[in-house]
Amino acid sequence: MDFAVNILALGVPFSVALLIASLGEMFNQRAGVFNLGCEGIMAMGAFLGFLAPFLVGRGGPTAEIWNYAGILMAMAAGALMGIFFGLAVVTFRAPQGIAGIGLQMFGVGVAGTFFRHFVGGTQSIPGIPAMPIPLLSKIPVLGPILFSHNPLVYVAFLLPPAAWYVLFKTPWGLRVRASGANPRAADSIGVKVNLVRFQALAVGGALAGLAGAYLSLCQAKMFSDEIIAGRGFIAVALVYFGHWRPLKITGGALLFSLAQALQLAIQGRGINFPYEFAVMLPYVLVIVVLAFSRENLLLGPTALGRPFNREIRT
Amino acid sequence: MKRFKTLYTAAVILLAALTAALAGALILWTIGADVTRTYSVIAFEPLKNAMQIGEVMIRAIPLTIIALGISVAYRCGIINIGAEGQMSMGILAATAVALAMPDAPRYALLPMALTAGALGGAAWGFIPGVLKARLHVSELLSTVMLNYIAAQFYTFCLRGPMLDPAEITMGSGTPQSMRLTKAIWLDRLVPGTRIHAGVWIALALAFLTWLLLFRTSWGYRMRASGAGERAAKYGGIGVERYLVAAMVISGAFAGLAGAVEISGVHRRAIEGVTSGYGFSAIVVALFGGLHPAGIIPASLFFGMLLVGADMTQRMAGVPANVVTALQGVIILVIVAARMVLENPYLAERVRVRLFGSAEGSGEA
Amino acid sequence: MPQEIVNRISSLRMEGITKRFPGTLACDDISLSVGEGEILALVGENGAGKTTLMNILMGLYRPDEGRILINGSEVVFRSPNDAFAAGLGMVHQQYMLVANMTVLENIALGYKRAWSPLRVDLEMVRARIGEVADRYGLSVDPDAFVWQLSIGEQQRVELVKTLCLGARFLILDEPTSALTPQETDELIDLLKRMRSELSIIFISHKLHEVKNLSDRVVILRRGSVAFEGSTSEHSPGEIAALMTGREVVLPKNEAPCCEGCEALAIRGLKVRSDRGFLAVDGLDLSICSGEIVGLAGVSGNGQRELAEAINGLRSVEEGEILFFGRDIANLKPGEVIAEGMGYIPEERNTEGIVPPFSMKENFILKDSGDPHYASRSFLRLKEIDRNADRLREEFDIRSPDTRVAAGSLSGGNIQKVILARELSRAPRFLVAVYPTRGLDMGAAEFIHKRLLEKRAEGMGILLVSEELEEVLDLSDRIAVIFKGRIIDTLDRDSADSRKLGVLMAGVKESGDEAV
Repeated sequence: MDFAVNILALGVPFSVALLIASLGEMFNQRAGVFNLGCEGIMAMGAFLGFLAPFLVGRGGPTAEIWNYAGILMAMAAGALMGIFFGLAVVTFRAPQGIAGIGLQMFGVGVAGTFFRHFVGGTQSIPGIPAMPIPLLSKIPVLGPILFSHNPLVYVAFLLPPAAWYVLFKTPWGLRVRASGANPRAADSIGVKVNLVRFQALAVGGALAGLAGAYLSLCQAKMFSDEIIAGRGFIAVALVYFGHWRPLKITGGALLFSLAQALQLAIQGRGINFPYEFAVMLPYVLVIVVLAFSRENLLLGPTALGRPFNREIRT
Repeated sequence: MKRFKTLYTAAVILLAALTAALAGALILWTIGADVTRTYSVIAFEPLKNAMQIGEVMIRAIPLTIIALGISVAYRCGIINIGAEGQMSMGILAATAVALAMPDAPRYALLPMALTAGALGGAAWGFIPGVLKARLHVSELLSTVMLNYIAAQFYTFCLRGPMLDPAEITMGSGTPQSMRLTKAIWLDRLVPGTRIHAGVWIALALAFLTWLLLFRTSWGYRMRASGAGERAAKYGGIGVERYLVAAMVISGAFAGLAGAVEISGVHRRAIEGVTSGYGFSAIVVALFGGLHPAGIIPASLFFGMLLVGADMTQRMAGVPANVVTALQGVIILVIVAARMVLENPYLAERVRVRLFGSAEGSGEA
Repeated sequence: MPQEIVNRISSLRMEGITKRFPGTLACDDISLSVGEGEILALVGENGAGKTTLMNILMGLYRPDEGRILINGSEVVFRSPNDAFAAGLGMVHQQYMLVANMTVLENIALGYKRAWSPLRVDLEMVRARIGEVADRYGLSVDPDAFVWQLSIGEQQRVELVKTLCLGARFLILDEPTSALTPQETDELIDLLKRMRSELSIIFISHKLHEVKNLSDRVVILRRGSVAFEGSTSEHSPGEIAALMTGREVVLPKNEAPCCEGCEALAIRGLKVRSDRGFLAVDGLDLSICSGEIVGLAGVSGNGQRELAEAINGLRSVEEGEILFFGRDIANLKPGEVIAEGMGYIPEERNTEGIVPPFSMKENFILKDSGDPHYASRSFLRLKEIDRNADRLREEFDIRSPDTRVAAGSLSGGNIQKVILARELSRAPRFLVAVYPTRGLDMGAAEFIHKRLLEKRAEGMGILLVSEELEEVLDLSDRIAVIFKGRIIDTLDRDSADSRKLGVLMAGVKESGDEAV
């Protein structure tokens, strides 16, 4: 029992970065843009989230504020990178897969460069501490699993229903879905498809930046070149797995992080299993999941990956 | 009309180059580096003496080989970003052969090791190929995942089964294999440099790739699968088969590049041999227009960038990571510029805007 | 509705509209005007500039020159929103609906009054739909997903959508092209009823509809106005002559039906569509050598799946496809081609050619391994060039040379490239799917001639078409497909468009219709 609670309590915060990033990617893809650069945006987000508290936030009464300043910076940079990506794939209509790789290299490269220049080497920060919710965190079983985390985890809990509401109940969500499913139809009824795609990229980028900042501020409490470790790509895979639906994506993110927590717990128990193979597991899992999740575009963005040009007839 | 086309192309390319240079300058400026100094270090220092030029060449060798493979896959409609992992697997396979047969003669061992390297990479390319052909798994995601898996497997081998016995006794535990037998060393061609016989391998492969892609029916069908998948299918081409084949070739090239790299440069398997070649080669392939004749100069150019980036670290205090960022920007700029060049609407509009002539071009 | 009063359009005028696309002058100094309550027919061949002109009116394209006047004052439409606000609405030829959203959501997408930043008031949209539906007698199910609807229902949704958005001026782009003759009649009745409240521009190339419905007609030819006048004063024949600019008499199949052997026999065929339902459901069909069988039907009744199944591109669930006695069901496409099957696919740009490849490379798409073009896997470039030059001349393909990218050719020339490739391979049988869709009369004539020539040489042809005239002109027998089955097969002599129309709607009359 304790073992299971441990895994769940460990897995829930693990899922947060994946969850936030893949919900962001969901908005991109729902609008018709496949953003493989998520990894790069997360790297930038992780670095910027780390930078503010590292440079100015050590000690003093204002330390906490700088953590949140870091988060804001990460989100702003993420949105900016999303727009930058939009310039290439929406305005210039570049093929999205390869352009995404470009964005990823750009993000990882810039984060690495800045890290070496502004920080130098491995440094840790206090990060955002856990904030157990009074009373609720005392509930047996549920308390440690759900209510004993840092504030960003609670924010992440609110995100899936919020994303669902935005996507299915607001005019903007309607426009996003129409732009991804049938841009020509959306255009004919007055939706500015490319503008909507830019907006979605900005939102998706901001969320990816937030996910990155979560990793450096809450999870690792430091920055390193390998901090994202493919989570950006996994987030993209989760969007396919979750069929572009916020709640299914959430399920996928949880499943993933629980698997990871389980693997750590097993290692912790001293079971003899080469460390490298344990680290491999999530990546293998992604491939397996992709191989067995049937792509059902009928439910999602039919025009995914296709740039929109009003004047070229198809 | 023709003159306008040439001018337009030149202008777009110039603009693209400027954009990339500007983006790089912006990064450098942010970290307070001397922009002109950094660029001049990158552009001139690597060409200062024979030794440095040699360093550029030995980086160009794996870049060429991998980029050739990537361009075969790309032309077949599959984007291979798993070259990094395929290269690692090639290194392991070649090392395993060399370690298993330390006494084999050179004429047997060297070809065997290189073949093993190619096979190791091919196997690692086969997986995403089959996954895409059979189960429609996006190769973008599967190859990335396989990169991470290969990286872990690589360290596992170097820390475990292949670990240099000397490291165990000395106890430093650096993850590396023992120095491989001289039988698989590639000759050094120019004294005072590390240029090795891999140059010939790269050139030969470039010729073979050109032959395959543009002169054989096999290559024709691969290109058809990439340029118009549906039409190729309707034309009776077994697109899936060619997808897998292209990924196998692509993987084999990357694996071979790994084998060449250890037998020509490092002479043992050690951490960091791949050092991002798999990703740089994507840029090289795109920069070289996915054509062997373009890839060779492109790989020399990026070899220079890589060497230059190492030097900026020492001479201008700019971290070498900046070259990764720069490569990312270059990818974005190239793919965007290609679309601009291929868009007849845009060219026409620019022409009308500039010269105001309204007549239609060519046949209606 | 106060909005509608404001948007009263008593006259609309387009003056000197010119629009260029690279290589073409789509609209050349076009002027036309429509008064209140008037129905204007805009007629012309494919490529005459009708759709471009209307897209300019809707703010989708910006004209290079010219202006639009509403009630005498100039308006500039930067986007469809401006056109909606002015009271214009358009039903496009390809319906502009998002398949995986409901009817309600599709309409809400444009109905800005139901928007607040954080919520779409779907109930308000629902009420509006009800209002419009009552007023014009157009019933739609607001909660159905668009992909669940038939083509006719989708068109009704389009009309309701346009009306909900407050259109007082309706543009209909070839509204009858996908409808059965009966559905067409219903639509025309509806439009006649609406004319008391709306002005309408009706794009068509079906002359009897134009005659039946419109007050005035404007004929476009190659981007400019060839004729403008009152419909009642001109016969369909006159209009047709003005439309094409010359007398085009499409060749007809008048030869007696030859008695060939059975080339293709399909029995009890069942094939699934992409969505997983049985699109071809127990289909039987037999075609002889030297015979053209026209497959008539409203598109979406299994034609695509049938053609793909015959060519090995879609797996066959049940049944057999006997090709000169051999069952070719579930063979690979390459094997079917090797059996001697020729195929002109539906989507010429993506299925027929590899667009970035040069014309000469496209000619060998099916023969890249043939010893004629490759020896020991090495391409014989000289032979490929020679072949390309020959075909370009023989099929009158207009291009500077054979090195141009096939995708840069015009539709008619692309279709000729495909036809040249298929016919030059001397197949034993040809499946031609919508071979003249979207082509001008000249190209259509050329293709029809070639098909009839091949028939005379003894080739069997399955001609899938939605143009009844084409089917009636060329076929020896006409099979009507409905919901994946052949509902009836008529001989050329006993078929006419009325009978076919009834069958296309799925109604099989008993008695005298029996063949």
